[in-house]
Amino acid sequence: MSRARADEEEYWHSSKFRAFTFDDEEDELSQLKESKRAVNSLRDIVDDDDDDLERVSWSGEPVGSISWSIKETASSSTSSLEGRDSSLQKGSSSYAAFPKQVSSYSLSSLFKGRNKLPSFQSLSDALSDTGVKNYAPELRRPKAEYKDYSSDWSPKDTVRRMQRGKVCSLERFRSLQDKLVLLDEAVARHDGNVITAVLIFLKRTLRREILFRELEVRQVALCHLIHFLKETGEQKLLLDLLRFLDRTEEVALSQYREHLNIQDVEKRREFLKGCIGLPFSAEDTSHIQDHYTLLERQIIIEANDRHLETAGQSEIFRKYPRKASILNMPLVTTLFYSCFYHYTEAEGTFSSPTNLKKTFKIPDKQYVLTALAARAKLRAWDDVDALFTTKNWLGYTKKKAPIGFHRVVEILQRNNAPVQVLQEYVRLVEDVETRLNLATKYKCHDVVIETYRDLKDRIQLTAYKCKVERGSAEEEKINSILNN
Amino acid sequence: MAAHLSSGRVNLTALREAGRRELREFLDKCAGSKAIVWDEYLTGPFGLIAQYSLLKEHEVEKMFTLKPGRLPQADVKNVIFFVRPRLELMDIITDNVLREDRGRSPQRDFHILFVPRRSLLCEQWLKEQGVLGSFIHREQYSLDLIPFDGDLLSMESESTFKECYLESDQTSLYHAAKGLMTLQALYGTIPQIFGKGECARHVANMMIRMKREFPGSQNSIFPVFDTLLLLDRNVDLLTPLATQLTYEGLIDEIYGIQNTYVKLPPEKFAPKKQGEGGKDLPTEPKKLQLNSAEELYAEIRDKNFNAVGSVLSKKAKIISAAFEERHHAKTVGEIKQFVSQLPHMQAARSSLANHTSIAELIKDITTSEDFFDNLTVEQEFMSGIDTDKVNNYIEDCIAQKHPLIKILRLVCLQSVCNSGLKQKVLDHYKREILQTYGYEHILTLNNLEKAGLLKPQTGGRNNYPTIRKTLRLWMDDVNEQNPNDISYVYSGYAPLSVRLAQLLARPGWRSIEEVLKMLPGPHFEERQQLPAGLQKKRQHGENRVTLVFFLGGVTYAEIAALRFLSQMEDGGTEYVIATTKLINGTSWIKSLMEKLEPAPF
Repeated sequence: MSRARADEEEYWHSSKFRAFTFDDEEDELSQLKESKRAVNSLRDIVDDDDDDLERVSWSGEPVGSISWSIKETASSSTSSLEGRDSSLQKGSSSYAAFPKQVSSYSLSSLFKGRNKLPSFQSLSDALSDTGVKNYAPELRRPKAEYKDYSSDWSPKDTVRRMQRGKVCSLERFRSLQDKLVLLDEAVARHDGNVITAVLIFLKRTLRREILFRELEVRQVALCHLIHFLKETGEQKLLLDLLRFLDRTEEVALSQYREHLNIQDVEKRREFLKGCIGLPFSAEDTSHIQDHYTLLERQIIIEANDRHLETAGQSEIFRKYPRKASILNMPLVTTLFYSCFYHYTEAEGTFSSPTNLKKTFKIPDKQYVLTALAARAKLRAWDDVDALFTTKNWLGYTKKKAPIGFHRVVEILQRNNAPVQVLQEYVRLVEDVETRLNLATKYKCHDVVIETYRDLKDRIQLTAYKCKVERGSAEEEKINSILNN
Repeated sequence: MAAHLSSGRVNLTALREAGRRELREFLDKCAGSKAIVWDEYLTGPFGLIAQYSLLKEHEVEKMFTLKPGRLPQADVKNVIFFVRPRLELMDIITDNVLREDRGRSPQRDFHILFVPRRSLLCEQWLKEQGVLGSFIHREQYSLDLIPFDGDLLSMESESTFKECYLESDQTSLYHAAKGLMTLQALYGTIPQIFGKGECARHVANMMIRMKREFPGSQNSIFPVFDTLLLLDRNVDLLTPLATQLTYEGLIDEIYGIQNTYVKLPPEKFAPKKQGEGGKDLPTEPKKLQLNSAEELYAEIRDKNFNAVGSVLSKKAKIISAAFEERHHAKTVGEIKQFVSQLPHMQAARSSLANHTSIAELIKDITTSEDFFDNLTVEQEFMSGIDTDKVNNYIEDCIAQKHPLIKILRLVCLQSVCNSGLKQKVLDHYKREILQTYGYEHILTLNNLEKAGLLKPQTGGRNNYPTIRKTLRLWMDDVNEQNPNDISYVYSGYAPLSVRLAQLLARPGWRSIEEVLKMLPGPHFEERQQLPAGLQKKRQHGENRVTLVFFLGGVTYAEIAALRFLSQMEDGGTEYVIATTKLINGTSWIKSLMEKLEPAPF
């Protein structure tokens, strides 16, 4: 499928497809440069005193905007007033004028999670915490009157009032019939807020089977209930409902989602094992199975390797200490890890790359890419060589790369392979032009020279002479070819 | 402050004013000094309505960001929570209230302002936590449509698409309808409503019903809008997936514009003053506001990026020349005149400096090899080439572990351009993605499938070529410098959504009935009766005004395309754009991805 480079070029130039390029590269660039120059030169003419023009802090928040003021009013309670005031007077766009407040109100601090809180708590807080719940409701009686209930609003009026944000008592809707009329009325108005409120009421006052049965014929309300149960985390009721509706795949996915909330790996593995039998689609089932198998493997590998590492006996772990645990990493990352630390292991062990490849049916291409990256990182050039060597039945060896040798070269280059190694693979790039490009780019002189020789291109070869070092072996080689 | 809102055909300052009034009224309900605790997400949208000075006038003395733990000490009478109705936020509020020092005197009063709506579910939740009674005022502030610019309104409701198409929760459509009612109260009843898609149908129904139920709302304002066009995002899933190539679109793709602000890497904006050396290189991102209040930005925002360089260089010459004038100013009068123009010239210069820097930043990216390759594949797909087999570039990107969202954008684009992928191709992509990025992403892939972005081809029919040809979605000879068609915004691809708007204006949808049937959801037309005195008699040559409402999000490139149509000579229609959220492919896909970390609380 891949077009040869030359074809590609031609394709782009001749065809109707316009890629997003600057038609006139030079001109365009110079245009930007030009305006840049103008801007800069003007800076000398008028000194940058627009500070007084716009009252904008460096971060660009206009002074006085809401988000600016949050920092501002918040910081005044924590940081000293002095620095702040001076910056205000300048009101400048100079970044330095603003004290860098370690704002305790950043978004990230907002979402760091509750579990970190106790450390900030004083002992007395912690002690009184349990009592708070019972105490709080009576803390203060609401002064506002919100329980505006007259007892006999019709369903229609009730829904209308709720829509306007008034709280109505729904308790007087006792019969199933009344409740359903109320629900239908809410649905007819598409106001999710009211629909949900009615559903909460129905959920509390109806038997489960009846609720499910009635919702089955009321799709909109049903969707809202499902959404609501997801939101409030009522997993069990949600699953019961989906099962009742026979939405088996959803049941399966919804249950599988739960594994994300399980931190303990052993428990997570057990949980995933339980997921395998769930009614996923055929394709998904195999993915879930793989997910379980992978985690199972990772647990074994992790235990072994941690042991090896702490024992300090294994050279590879001493030389390249692990940066993170392999648990819960994706499959390809795991394969990389195993190619890095366990490359030579026999297929029988769980941590060997070949075993992983077989178990998870990793395609050749993917496997070679990953192994190459791992071995190149270790600068194990022999392994790299072996990766592309195949023997045919007569015992001749041949080089083959399922990913194309130009990709091999790129990956090796990224891992700082020496020229001797690099040129071996550049030589194997089949397309002549690509080969020449790569060879020139990475200074594989031999390959360039040989290629020009094979092309019988005297002009290029002569021209190339100035790229190699004077008096070097390469120069001699060029001379001898030219002389023949 | 808000002059740019009145620059367009419809003066949107009135809408902003209405929002400010409502806010003041609420603040005055809580008598005495106040502290506001903000749901961080809301500060951006609120900033477009009001400044701190307005709040201060109404005794707001302190402002904090909502976070769990004890509320900061502040000697105020009232503490008001400004929040979206979300359960996770209710948990934080509960925590705040429970930790309030009950020994302090005088005690502080608590209030909640729900934006945009009070939620019975949230109140129920607070009740279960035992804190509902602690709040004196629980009110709502219906910030439905926020004016972003002279011709642009957004609800900034990030999850509308997900709620509508994944969860079948139409609450935000209800808000959209309410927003439209507010708009009609201010700008008159819109006589004609057109729509395409399920959600569009719902919104139109709700509007008609609301109008019927509040006959008092029959207003006597002369209608400003002639037509309302409601468009479902799922009618055109393709457009947001493609990389936007207008100046503003690229800024958004690369840096993300939030509530008209963009944060940029500071290096290129370092003030180059003599003697300062490099000692204080700024490390905080540079934040800039982007709207039509800035003359230069208004001129270049909607251009194809390839046409931006020449405008900037022209501007540079003009400004240089203007500054040169000072040498020719001989008489006192001339010098005086020069000086009087200085502030304006300085503003123009700093604006030019900023945009030159931004253009340089963007250019670094658009000239990169990967940007080129990515765009090449996108354009192949959109023009219908090789959409039915596994794509090499996508495979390479997966192998190199490019960001998952990039991969998903491309795969979804391929799927949409092929009316679904062949099962074998789909399975192949799925497997590669799961093996490389983790099996848990099966949940995200499922969401994309549900939303119709990624799906197997059913019935073996690919409708896309017919749609592409009939609506002329792919234009071969695109002129980026002096465009003559909306396809310039994607350098070849004409956004489907905007094409529908264009064809509606002329010659009308009847001409494309067949294609409309291929796109999801019903298309319809409704009329709203106007009292006799309010019917418009159009002056000769006067343009019609159409409000296009994108349900589920709109991209900056689509906005640019509509502005292009507004400005066309004898186009006959001017457009005002409303949406539930300003999106790009990345933010859109992100909103559909399963959150993989456990909830923070």
